[in-house]
Amino acid sequence: MRFWIAAGFALALAAAATVMLKNEYYFFAGYTVLMFVVLATAWNILGGYAGYVNFGTPAFFGLGAYSAAVLFKATAAPLALQLLLAATMSGLLGFAAGMLTLRLRGIFFAIATIALTVIMETLFINWRYAGGATGLQLLRPPPTVPFESYIKMLFVLMALLAVAAVAIARYIERSWIGRGLRAIRDSEEAAECSGVPTLRLKLFACTVSGALMGAAGATMPMYLSFIEPASTFNLNYAIGALASPMIGGTASYLGPVIGAILLSTIQQVVTVTISGEMNVMIVGVMLVVFVVAAPEGILGLFRKFVSSRKP
Amino acid sequence: MNLIKLLATAFGALVISCAAVAQQPIKIGMSQPQTGSLGAAGKAELVAIRMWVDDVNAKGGLLGRKVEFIVYDDQTNPALTPGIYTKLLDVDKVDLLFAPYGTVPTAPIMPLVKQRGLLLMGNFSFQVNHTVKHDMWFNNLPAADAQSWFTGFFEQGQKSGAKSIAFLAADQEFAQNLANGAKELAQKAGLKTVYSQNYPPTTTDFSSLIRAIRAAKPDMVFVCSYPNDSVAIVRAVNEIGVGESVKLFGGGMVGLQFTPVMESLGSMLNGIVNYNSYVPGVKYAGIDEFFQRYQKKAAEEKVDPLGFYLPPFGYAMGQMLEQAVNATKSLDQKKLAAYLHSNTMQTIVGPISYNKDGEWSQSRMLMIQFRGIADKNLEQWRQVGKQVVLYPPAYKTGDAVMPFDKARGK
Amino acid sequence: MPLDLLLEAVIFGVLLGCFYAAVSMGLSVSFGLLDVPHVAHPAIMVFGAYCTFLLTRYGLDPIVTGVLLMPPFFLLGMAVYRFYYEAFEKRGGKEAGVRGIAFFFGLALVIEVGLILGFGVDQRMVEAAYIGNSLSIGDMRIPLRFLVAFGVALVLMSALMLYLSKTFTGRAIKAVAQDEPALRLMGANPVRIKQWAFGIATAVAALSGALLIIIGPVEPGLDRVYIGRTFSVVVLAGLGSMTGTLAAGLILGISESIVLMQFGASWAPAVSFGLLLIVLGFRPQGLFGR
Repeated sequence: MRFWIAAGFALALAAAATVMLKNEYYFFAGYTVLMFVVLATAWNILGGYAGYVNFGTPAFFGLGAYSAAVLFKATAAPLALQLLLAATMSGLLGFAAGMLTLRLRGIFFAIATIALTVIMETLFINWRYAGGATGLQLLRPPPTVPFESYIKMLFVLMALLAVAAVAIARYIERSWIGRGLRAIRDSEEAAECSGVPTLRLKLFACTVSGALMGAAGATMPMYLSFIEPASTFNLNYAIGALASPMIGGTASYLGPVIGAILLSTIQQVVTVTISGEMNVMIVGVMLVVFVVAAPEGILGLFRKFVSSRKP
Repeated sequence: MNLIKLLATAFGALVISCAAVAQQPIKIGMSQPQTGSLGAAGKAELVAIRMWVDDVNAKGGLLGRKVEFIVYDDQTNPALTPGIYTKLLDVDKVDLLFAPYGTVPTAPIMPLVKQRGLLLMGNFSFQVNHTVKHDMWFNNLPAADAQSWFTGFFEQGQKSGAKSIAFLAADQEFAQNLANGAKELAQKAGLKTVYSQNYPPTTTDFSSLIRAIRAAKPDMVFVCSYPNDSVAIVRAVNEIGVGESVKLFGGGMVGLQFTPVMESLGSMLNGIVNYNSYVPGVKYAGIDEFFQRYQKKAAEEKVDPLGFYLPPFGYAMGQMLEQAVNATKSLDQKKLAAYLHSNTMQTIVGPISYNKDGEWSQSRMLMIQFRGIADKNLEQWRQVGKQVVLYPPAYKTGDAVMPFDKARGK
Repeated sequence: MPLDLLLEAVIFGVLLGCFYAAVSMGLSVSFGLLDVPHVAHPAIMVFGAYCTFLLTRYGLDPIVTGVLLMPPFFLLGMAVYRFYYEAFEKRGGKEAGVRGIAFFFGLALVIEVGLILGFGVDQRMVEAAYIGNSLSIGDMRIPLRFLVAFGVALVLMSALMLYLSKTFTGRAIKAVAQDEPALRLMGANPVRIKQWAFGIATAVAALSGALLIIIGPVEPGLDRVYIGRTFSVVVLAGLGSMTGTLAAGLILGISESIVLMQFGASWAPAVSFGLLLIVLGFRPQGLFGR
């Protein structure tokens, strides 16, 4: 219950911000932060709960973005439909990729996911209708009432998506699915022997993870009014999606949220004040530091702090 | 009595606040490739733009206010420009915009400026407005369409009976715009396309592509490329050659006009027929004096020491905006656009007037052939005759030496 | 495709493939033999390329520079392994695997951004007598830079293979890969041996970096392309097989070359990754795997 109250509060805050704040740049930056909350939460379903490190976030994210862009170019469909198609396509990709690669262990799975990203990128580079390597310029329609600007609308939409993603992750974590995934993470062989349907659970996690990443990508083309393969399928999305839960804590649905908000906000501030490269460096350094020194992330540190205080 | 005092204070406050507003500078913002493929020319152009800003401020500014210039590096990366221009508009709150140098960084921001109803001074982009059709776009490129580019190239080929053509183009906005336009013209002229390939912009090795071109035995090779690839292509041609059948090679290779590139390629450039915007010998009012001032500053800042290609047009971009602001006495985007559409502006690269697409109504793009270039010699580029002008007729200084291998001295 | 073009594509593929094999040999040692998920290997190679660029500005030949860089990179490799061991391998468990990968990814990122901050995003090249000229055989022109890279790569690989099979430490490295507890029982310290091996792998990366910048211009993001190529080669070869690495490198080089000729440059990047997925799907132990 507390979760839903908090979620409702967060949404109300987002809606209030669109009325109170005038400077569009806050929404521009806020959209990016919320997008990484979705990506990190989605990543954690497969990466944190099941222990399968996925470097292929850009493949799902990019497929979602391009599905939305191509649908818009072909039919000028509204945002809701674009989102639906994006989530479906990326979910299908998650299922297919899962069938192919979830039988591989550890690093092989990770490298296979990088392969997926490059192959998706190459496919879109060669598809002229979607713009090829040159890219596609898109003219977006005016924002729907009651929003006065498109970016505010996207911000609220992304906030809704973030709440939905976290709710889904929370549900999975607390259900028998989550228990099964944790069993897989701790010892896949033992889980198999105990009767856990490992392949089905992994496929489920992969599909849901992919669909959420696709949904996160769906609004990118409208956000930028432009889409091109190199930046859409950029490995930086993989890094952000992976680093946020590693920093925040992979065991619970709160970890990715904390990690994403922290990391993404720092990145936005650094990009505006120092430089774009510096923010990638900061992600890299923070990732290394947390992975070495705080393996359970911020949540883990918090838990240790709380338990050390107990008499 | 009190009422008078109150009124006087109010009036005084009003005057002071007006003066305060008047002291606020007019902000002009842009992103510019200062690193990456277009970086060399981008940095050079910034010297010219800053010269314009200084000149305007020396004359008292625009509308009595100083001009403040804000610029960020977009690394020739089109993914960065939407974010940069949003920052310029929402965080830095600029009043007027210049586009980044080049088609590739500019393409992504066209929808953004159209949506926000903003004037954009175009900066050497090619056909970047042809899908968005923004009516407040004004380009400083002396070529409106592929015709201005291809005609000169093709006419020379015709003189030696060229019947077939090969196309090599980078898969990015500029090269594709130009290649598509050129292919249409080639078809209309009855040329046979024996080879046509697009390559990813990140390609660094052209050995296989050049080999394939050689195998197709074309009479002409039309290349549309950006500086990094142009250099790699010239080196590959030097390494393995394109074959004896080729009469003309080049066309739309960006980068072969940047002084550092010309200096490093040296004699490898001989024989290549390519475009340029200015070469020594072409006369415009005020341009010689510009070069004297520019070259002094460029030497200090260690950028393109000659500055023939882009800097004068960057300065001209500023001049046009200055004339519009002074004539309309406002910063209103629509009024400025209306002025620019209906007048001819006088600049250091000649008079400029626009058609309804925001491109030059009269093209002045030069097609040149490199001749007699020696290695590692910077001063030779100041001489007339190292880049022989083949087209347009008004500036022509000679005909092309063909075939390509003979012009290369091989 | 006409026969003479096909022949040129194959020759080109062999030259390039040998280079890919040399680059991947370092990974074959660190990942194939030692099981370290070294995603940062290509990044270290690119770092080596930039170091070569810096040193050639003092007039040194790039290959000489590459060889000179090998000792400092060897020490760097030992230090990196030591850190990895203390932080991850010692603690063990599946968590270590996940975090180990994340660590090396972070390392690769830090190296890449460090290069951008230090050198900018612009491409860098080196100059040498053999760069820019080509060998003419009949109607074919083979750029000398590929021949030079091919030659050095062959020498490097032969040296490494001889070392692993003939010297005491070399064989100890292979032993530690096969059966670590047995080695420990025989009195050798597996950690020291693994550290030594990782150092060698990193030294190989240094020379590969020099070859990289000879073959073509480099820019900081180049490591991302090579993650695909090197892992593709190592997996196709079968973990731990050096001869397999050579064969796999050649296969990759030739396939890339033919795809480039036939389908165009825009499909070439997918070749290495496509090959990887096929191998992982049908024969995960690779051609010569253990």
